[in-house]
Amino acid sequence: MHPAFSVVFFTTATGAGYGLLALLGVLAGLGFIAPDFWLGLIGMGLALGLIAAGLLSSTGHLGRPERAWRAFSQWRSSWLSREGVASVVTFVPAGLFGIGWVFFGHTGGWVAVAGLLAAIGAVVTVCTTGMIYASLKPIAQWHSRFTLPAYLIFSAMTGSVLLNALLQGFAVGSNILQAVCLLLSLLGWGWKLATWRYNDRLEIPTSANTATGLAGGTVRSLEWPHTEENYLLKEMGFRIARKHSFRLRQITQLLAFALPVLLLATVFALPWPIATALSVLAAIVQFAGMLVERWLFFAEAKHTVTLYYGR
Amino acid sequence: MTCLPAHTDRKLGLVIDLDTCVGCQACVTACKEWNTGGHMAPLTDIDPYGGNVDGVWFNRVHSYEHTTEMGGRTVNFPRSCLHCETPACVTVCPTGASYKRASDGIVLIDEDKCIGCKLCSWACPYGAREFDGDVGVMKKCTLCVDRIYNDNLAEEDRVPACVAACPTSARHFGDLGDPLSAVSQLVAERGGVDLMPELGYHPTNKYLPPRAHTQRAASVPAPALEPVRAEGGFLGWVDRMLSN
Repeated sequence: MHPAFSVVFFTTATGAGYGLLALLGVLAGLGFIAPDFWLGLIGMGLALGLIAAGLLSSTGHLGRPERAWRAFSQWRSSWLSREGVASVVTFVPAGLFGIGWVFFGHTGGWVAVAGLLAAIGAVVTVCTTGMIYASLKPIAQWHSRFTLPAYLIFSAMTGSVLLNALLQGFAVGSNILQAVCLLLSLLGWGWKLATWRYNDRLEIPTSANTATGLAGGTVRSLEWPHTEENYLLKEMGFRIARKHSFRLRQITQLLAFALPVLLLATVFALPWPIATALSVLAAIVQFAGMLVERWLFFAEAKHTVTLYYGR
Repeated sequence: MTCLPAHTDRKLGLVIDLDTCVGCQACVTACKEWNTGGHMAPLTDIDPYGGNVDGVWFNRVHSYEHTTEMGGRTVNFPRSCLHCETPACVTVCPTGASYKRASDGIVLIDEDKCIGCKLCSWACPYGAREFDGDVGVMKKCTLCVDRIYNDNLAEEDRVPACVAACPTSARHFGDLGDPLSAVSQLVAERGGVDLMPELGYHPTNKYLPPRAHTQRAASVPAPALEPVRAEGGFLGWVDRMLSN
């Protein structure tokens, strides 16, 4: 599948943004993070900024972005429509929570309720994003039990590492959160390795035989219907990643998982200014790594239409 | 609504005979010619005379080499929208632009509602939908909805343009929901198949597989030139002269 940068950035940024929002909503709403104007402003600004930037970016690949409002109408059948509705609805409790926690300095009560609702909205939105891909039968690498948990794990992972960097920056870091970040990064690493292992051994019943209805023997493409690449081949016959997948998978593992784990582990033993710098570095490196991961997620996915072209 | 109708009164579709299709591309050009002025017009071409030709087509004919233990043969394979009974391209649509008609089962796009998110083309395993980058919306086969009900056309012309154009009658149009229709009987008689049945889209269009290899003619021809038996006389002399 063609990895449109707008969609790669959208899923990565909103994943991190919703992860951070959910953690802030629960932890700050219940009073585990003391109200602090600047911490709150930067934290909520980062979460909502990543979400808003991602959502705006996602309209970048639309043919008619001025009609994007229509996408809220078909929530009864379409995961993409559900994602649109959930993402916009989540802004309401998130906004109320932000006002209560950041500007009024409240925790508990209605701020806690708004925070919890924002967290629920964030989790639901990430689920809908995952289901857009997991529900597509023609793409076996996405239509698997690995896809939905991956979106949730990566959202929690990048969100927690961002929150850790934020708290370290205000010298209110916690060893527990630090440990959670480490464990989530290791979980994400393991999940990605398991997904690749599963995809590499995937044997799908769909073949050039079932695609053409020609039973038995071999079906070899002799001639395409056209001489140049068409929309189908440009959008769904993307092949560059398959050529470089080994190297790109190494880069993903290094940036998204190995380096952040190493950096977060050393932060335990270091004092405030260095711990902050390394925590922020871990968040930045991981975000870059997740962009590569998401690029590969698209580029390595093989659509059944490529069978018609012998690819 | 992009929810699917629970029942369609008719199941209009095509039956394509892979035995008689000669790959002449007449259906391809007839489709383009009709539809570039039809319901989903225009079928934009980008850089049509340049080095990077691209454009929207509803019908494309592939050629395959099918090799079995019985031998090999070339199969020409027209590929277009199959107007599935459970088309995921419709249910994934976030705007309601894609829909399946309850009256005849035809899958269509309302171009005025399409936002060009391309998700429907990802959801179609058959590559039936093509994006028009110039207009910014998705396009697909309409089963010539503007021909088959068109009172301005003579009755025999009220069939899809591809069917009307086919010189070998490899394309048939009719109601596949009616077991007594000519197309349904053809499918039953020739063992018509669904494409990618394992994905569960339940295509309406059916493909008739090529007929079995015949034993009357050898699949590998005899050598074109057999050695001439050495003999005397005039022909023997010609043979000796030409062999020198």
